[in-house]
Amino acid sequence: MSDALNELGQHIAAKRPQCVLSWDVSHGELNVDVAPSNIEDFVEFLKADRNCRFSSLVDITAVDYPGREKRFDVVYHFLSMYRNQRIRLRVAVRADEMVHSITNVHPSANWFEREVFDMFGILFTGHPDLRRILTDYGFRGHPLRKDFPTTGYTEVRYDEAQKRVVYEPVKLVQEYRQFDFMSPWEGAQYILPGDEKKEGAK
Amino acid sequence: MDGSKGFNDAQTGEQKIRNFNINFGPQHPAAHGVLRLVLELDGEIVERCDPHIGLLHRGTEKLMESRTYLQNLPYFDRLDYVAPMNQEHAWCLAIEKLTGVEVPRRASLIRVLYSEIGRVLNHLLNVTTQAMDVGALTPPLWGFEEREKLMIFYERACGARLHAAYFRPGGVHQDLPDDLLEDIDTWAVEFPKVLADIDGLLTENRIFKQRNCDIGVVTEEDIQTYGFSGVMVRGSGLAWDLRRAQPYECYDEFEFQIPVGKNGDCYDRYLVRMEEMRQSVSIIRQAIAKLRVEKGDVMARGKITPPKRGDMKTSMEALIHHFKLYTEGFHVPAGEVYACVEAPKGEFGVYLVADGTNRPYRAKLRAPGFLHLQAMDYVAKGHQLADVAAIIGTMDVVFGEIDR
Repeated sequence: MSDALNELGQHIAAKRPQCVLSWDVSHGELNVDVAPSNIEDFVEFLKADRNCRFSSLVDITAVDYPGREKRFDVVYHFLSMYRNQRIRLRVAVRADEMVHSITNVHPSANWFEREVFDMFGILFTGHPDLRRILTDYGFRGHPLRKDFPTTGYTEVRYDEAQKRVVYEPVKLVQEYRQFDFMSPWEGAQYILPGDEKKEGAK
Repeated sequence: MDGSKGFNDAQTGEQKIRNFNINFGPQHPAAHGVLRLVLELDGEIVERCDPHIGLLHRGTEKLMESRTYLQNLPYFDRLDYVAPMNQEHAWCLAIEKLTGVEVPRRASLIRVLYSEIGRVLNHLLNVTTQAMDVGALTPPLWGFEEREKLMIFYERACGARLHAAYFRPGGVHQDLPDDLLEDIDTWAVEFPKVLADIDGLLTENRIFKQRNCDIGVVTEEDIQTYGFSGVMVRGSGLAWDLRRAQPYECYDEFEFQIPVGKNGDCYDRYLVRMEEMRQSVSIIRQAIAKLRVEKGDVMARGKITPPKRGDMKTSMEALIHHFKLYTEGFHVPAGEVYACVEAPKGEFGVYLVADGTNRPYRAKLRAPGFLHLQAMDYVAKGHQLADVAAIIGTMDVVFGEIDR
């Protein structure tokens, strides 16, 4: 299985050296890092090439890494039903950068790109109809960014006096519970209270 | 009205025809949940169909980022609440792929058994309510009776009829009692008769055929263009089933056929679902036959699973382990995986990015219905308004998983 994937990775890297930044096979899956500038070309190549035939789009999503210079990873998953193989493309983009839409190659990308825009605020150029999709009409912010609070900013309720649903800022009766159960002896990054001196003594 | 007041042409304002926009849903029984469709109609013909989704959006993916892997498991029951365990399966597979845990044999069989029960649950609901959408009333009444029995099997395995939380990373929560296996087997013997009854009601029914044949035809090219999976693919003649193509769990040792349709219309998809139920029943019986002889543990005992109850009474280490597991949770090594299962509705996948802590850094749930519904505009265009209900029904959409 992974031999075939290695071969496929080499094939793709050899055919499109200007698109592929790097590639690897991990957990039995082929990952390819792609330059953002020619993603559309590359996807078209993957669809047309006889050894790839990645004709169906499985998923588009993004991952937010606030600490990185290129903040977002846009992640594409493709499947070839004919050759029974999968591939994952990763495109690293800056927060102010736009990604080219692949709706011309895969019309099924339409809603996925809308979702990524909705959740992360990444803009896709050439998308026919880039509206919000999952969040409320008139929603503000991009919920899946790491700096967006889980509780959100507004809450809704039905107002009996006004006879309509009203939007209000979130009022929490208690602090949102975010317990930290990390074992101090396994992986916690911070210094435990009382241990500061020990750290300094080193 | 003698015509002297400037009746200038044959065409009056009344005669000018414009397209009519209507709202379908979000509270429409045939929408199978909270779907709002904005339909542009030319007479009775659908010109444009714009689905508005997200009315059931609960932010599952965001919530998952702040909870441990084990706490996230029950969210999967709430995605496709028609066949809950199949979703859990994908999550467990993703975690097991990253941690490299080997699931014990018996747990694997139990998972197959309950995945197939889930498939029957789903198809029973879908086939019968789709029939209701096109005018039949009896099938849902008969089908739900069987669903009830299956949900009791769910309950006897895990204590909950719907939100099971039964599949756990590393196995399943508890072993099945022997009498439950026998009861499922008895049910599996009797069920084909009920299925034949439903079949007799629908398959050659004139109204049912008129409403479904040649409606919502999907070609092989459309499948690729719109990223369909599951029955939407098989109804069009492509024998694509992840259980066969990319076997997970122990599906490779079961004997079953993959039914395919010929025309790719609503009627063929109905036939495929009916046949899949028969195949699932056969898998259920095979799994029970194996479970009768293959005893053993149902959890891969280790870091990510709780210790046995008996150990906790005697061993301090086991007690600490239990406490830490249910508070801190287990750590999953950094990495990213995509794990998918052939859920009854199609390919349900989880893209999991782990950063080595006890919580997922990012989890993306890939719902099959999302892509199916997206193609609604394409599939419904040119059909009558009444066919929209038939198409939604056959696409098998559930908003728990589409809106997440």
